[in-house]
Amino acid sequence: MKTKAFQKIYTHIENVTKATCTIEAEGVTNEEMAIVDNRPAQVVKIAGKMVTLQIFPGTQGIATDAEVVFLGKPPTLKVSEELKGRFFNAYGQPIDGGPEVDGKEVEIGGPSVNPVRRRQPSELIATGIAGIDLNNTLVTGQKIPFFADPDQPFNQVMATVALRAKADVIVLGGMGMSNDDYLYYKTLFDNAGALDRIVAFVNTTENPPVERLLVPDMALTTAEYFAVEHKMKVLCLLTDMTLYADALSIVSNRMDQIPSKDSMPGSLYSDLAKIYEKAAQFPEGGSITIIAVTTLSGGDITHAIPDNTGYITEGQLYLRRDTDIAKVIVDPFRSLSRLKQLVIGKKTRKDHPQVMNAAVRLYADAAGAKTKLDNGFDLTEYDRRTIEFAQEYSRELLAIDINIDVDTMLDTGWKLFGKYFTRDEVGIKQDIMDLYWAGKAS
Amino acid sequence: MSTRGKVVGVVANLVTIEVDGPVAQNEICYITLKGTRLMAEVIKITGKFAYVQVFESTRGLFVGCEAEFTGRLLEVTLGPGMLSKNYDGLQNDLDKMEGVFLKRGEYTFPLEEDKKWHFTPLAKPGSEVVAGDWIGNVKEGWIDHKIMVPFDFQGTGTIKSVVSEGDYTVKDTVAVITSADGTERNCSMMMRWPVKVDVKCYKNKPRPFKIMETGIRTIDTMNPIAEGGTGFIPGPFGCGKTVLQHALSKNADADLIIIVACGERANEVVEIFTEFPELDDPRTGRKLMERTIIICNTSNMPVAAREASVYTGMTIAEYYRTMGLKVLLLADSTSRWAQALREMSNRMEELPGPDAFPMDLPAIISSFYSRSGFVNLRNGKTGSITFIGTVSPAGGNLKEPVTESTKKSARCFYALSQNRADSKRYPAVDPIDSYSKYLEYPEIAEYLDKTIGDGWVADIMKLKDMLLRGKEARDQINILGDDGVPVSYHILFNKAEIIDFVILQQDAFDHVDASTPMERQKYMVNKVLDICNADFNFEGFQEIGAYFKRVINLLKQMNYQQFQNEQFKKIEEELELSIAEKRVSDLQPLAAV
Repeated sequence: MKTKAFQKIYTHIENVTKATCTIEAEGVTNEEMAIVDNRPAQVVKIAGKMVTLQIFPGTQGIATDAEVVFLGKPPTLKVSEELKGRFFNAYGQPIDGGPEVDGKEVEIGGPSVNPVRRRQPSELIATGIAGIDLNNTLVTGQKIPFFADPDQPFNQVMATVALRAKADVIVLGGMGMSNDDYLYYKTLFDNAGALDRIVAFVNTTENPPVERLLVPDMALTTAEYFAVEHKMKVLCLLTDMTLYADALSIVSNRMDQIPSKDSMPGSLYSDLAKIYEKAAQFPEGGSITIIAVTTLSGGDITHAIPDNTGYITEGQLYLRRDTDIAKVIVDPFRSLSRLKQLVIGKKTRKDHPQVMNAAVRLYADAAGAKTKLDNGFDLTEYDRRTIEFAQEYSRELLAIDINIDVDTMLDTGWKLFGKYFTRDEVGIKQDIMDLYWAGKAS
Repeated sequence: MSTRGKVVGVVANLVTIEVDGPVAQNEICYITLKGTRLMAEVIKITGKFAYVQVFESTRGLFVGCEAEFTGRLLEVTLGPGMLSKNYDGLQNDLDKMEGVFLKRGEYTFPLEEDKKWHFTPLAKPGSEVVAGDWIGNVKEGWIDHKIMVPFDFQGTGTIKSVVSEGDYTVKDTVAVITSADGTERNCSMMMRWPVKVDVKCYKNKPRPFKIMETGIRTIDTMNPIAEGGTGFIPGPFGCGKTVLQHALSKNADADLIIIVACGERANEVVEIFTEFPELDDPRTGRKLMERTIIICNTSNMPVAAREASVYTGMTIAEYYRTMGLKVLLLADSTSRWAQALREMSNRMEELPGPDAFPMDLPAIISSFYSRSGFVNLRNGKTGSITFIGTVSPAGGNLKEPVTESTKKSARCFYALSQNRADSKRYPAVDPIDSYSKYLEYPEIAEYLDKTIGDGWVADIMKLKDMLLRGKEARDQINILGDDGVPVSYHILFNKAEIIDFVILQQDAFDHVDASTPMERQKYMVNKVLDICNADFNFEGFQEIGAYFKRVINLLKQMNYQQFQNEQFKKIEEELELSIAEKRVSDLQPLAAV
């Protein structure tokens, strides 16, 4: 972002707040980028001649006579094949020591896809993790977050999913990522020999928080380039969206906006939707799938950030530590993939939906039985069987260290049904039961 | 000459324009930005300054951009050709737009300009007419689309001439009407109407008196919605709001379904786009798309247009109602609409109400719901709009402004419960919390007893009581333990489970179970009631669970079979044998247990 010779330089700033400054200027356009005292800034408000700029790195040390130059264009990114294998900061500048990328300059945060031009997602993303493939099947063009407490291994699971997903390009958008996690991803992708498929935009905790606001748009503009122009299957990883939303609230607070629930801006839903809705299956074959992380505070999903996210995304995945088997599992109750109906029983074996539902229902019975046990009541013989089933189900299917194909998952399901239950107790449609039942005849 | 102005301020999509003439509240204007015209609506006026909400992204807008005011409010174009269309919130035809991405400032004509429609006159010259009276008929797909006297026609007029039967475009004049003061008006097959104004071209609006079948048991049997009635579905995310709405749109007994996808996921609309042209309407055998209009303003589309989308849907519904059709309007989700109101109110720096929503939110919601209803038209025909909206309460907490405001207006309440969804009991409509006020209407009760069978309403109340007693029994069992309560508690609990699994739960993805006709619902209700009324003999609580699981499994298998086919009857026989095993005798109903 170098200034050019003919650009007008302003040197009189009227107001400075923690995140913004206001100057008198003419011919400025809304959302235009500017450089204030060598720091990137963006126009957020125009009132007559007074122009308010949001200074991304913050305003500390900005003097009223600092130089202000308007760049005449909204934030842009140069896109080309050269992006692959590279790591950038929130402004799209290389941080891996490599050269600047050359390519077509496009505005970030561009228009949305015409809904009638979208195609219905229909391609299954196999991850080998039964908690996902069996119970919460992912589909290309889907958007789904992990709702996780900070102590849970969401980065590892997400990286596993990314590497197994067979995507043509993986775009990583890191917001407020700790330097350690950044290095974790970098090393992991490198070791897996996947570095040439990765494009990363990273704002670490060492960078100013407001810069994060650019990261999702940068990542998704890159994703759109590969998905639309090269018809590629793109997987976009966004972590951590909670920190993105926190940055939104900082800005809206400094703009004197009235906060709504949990001090978040009233436009939080629309702001998040603009990002997540970039996930799409394009008519020409390319797709963008978004897997995000929303960290929770003490598992509270009623907080405005996870709550609004839940209404936007197509499901959510929860991780939970199952103390009975001493492993982390994908929680079958609260996790949900809304698009699974498009592939299960269609792209997978036709008993898939029924096996999935029956297993979860029996697992719920086990949870009920455990509550009974905790309350000091006697268990029925059925209760005891459900508890035993639940442990084995948890160990063989729900645990995140599982790596098997979907047919094996289904066969495992039938094996467990047959081992612990009668036909009536499983309650699956007769014709499917006749095909797969692995237990006693009646 | 129309009023013009210049942009003087921009904050997000709120733009301030200095005007050189009169402007009206809610007037539409166009701001020109480098040859692109951006549509905007006036939402506040102070002195020479008009504050407008732009229906598009305002990126690149600068001080000095020209604006032109149209002198009209936000309007929709009504006429033949709307059926099966996919519109955005401002009634642009999405299929006419070019390219994969939406282009700012691209507005498309909602009807077909060149298509010729076969017009048959209904009114004769010399007859007296008022707004909304039928002039002619046009076949729009399978619908008899009535060409009506424009809704904005004032007073009584006389038809001077009507064209003879033949093919005309929507813009051709088909009738000339002389108004009371002698002025003549040329009427074509299309008209415009401001979306925020109710269409009142009917004789009267009586209380609803019959129910609208939806094929969904937990609605039709437990809490039926009246034709012309209102209902709403609140629920936390992941409880199946959208699946339930889609099920309604597929199976409801309506002539026309208008789906407003308001600020929700694009992939959900894509599902409709993909499936509806393929799926058959179970009642008519035609494709579902042939009775559907979609208004689609997904969550990533501009916020201001989201607010307009629900009104666009309602106005189109009112137009078709005036032709004597039974319209079902679905809006998913009205919370997004309320949030759009909040975002604007916030930018205008209005004093906020609860949760930063505007203070007049309850009034806005209730006046919107009141636009639905059953109407008698002046020509003796009837029409109706049944409206069902979903609400997405923040954090799943029903004590929030949108849910509370809606509860005051809507007559049916279908509460989706997280617990039911967690245990995969779909549809997750909570049978205890949900209600239909229409069951209290004597005219509805009379209608149900007459059409379904004597004592139907009493039977339903019995089912509800049993569900409640089952829940109480379960609570007691949970507190006191399996052996701490009498055996009768276990029986009560299991009887409620039968009602839950067989009547309430329904598999929306199974082609048979997805929709249940009323006759079949009645059959199954009687079957279940028969079991619930029976007295059973058990040694101890241990055998009860397994026994009823078997009964439930058989009843569920019946639900999966074609009604009364061989397999259905075979399972039924097996069921009767199982029942006979443990049944003591037929005691008086209610005296059971």
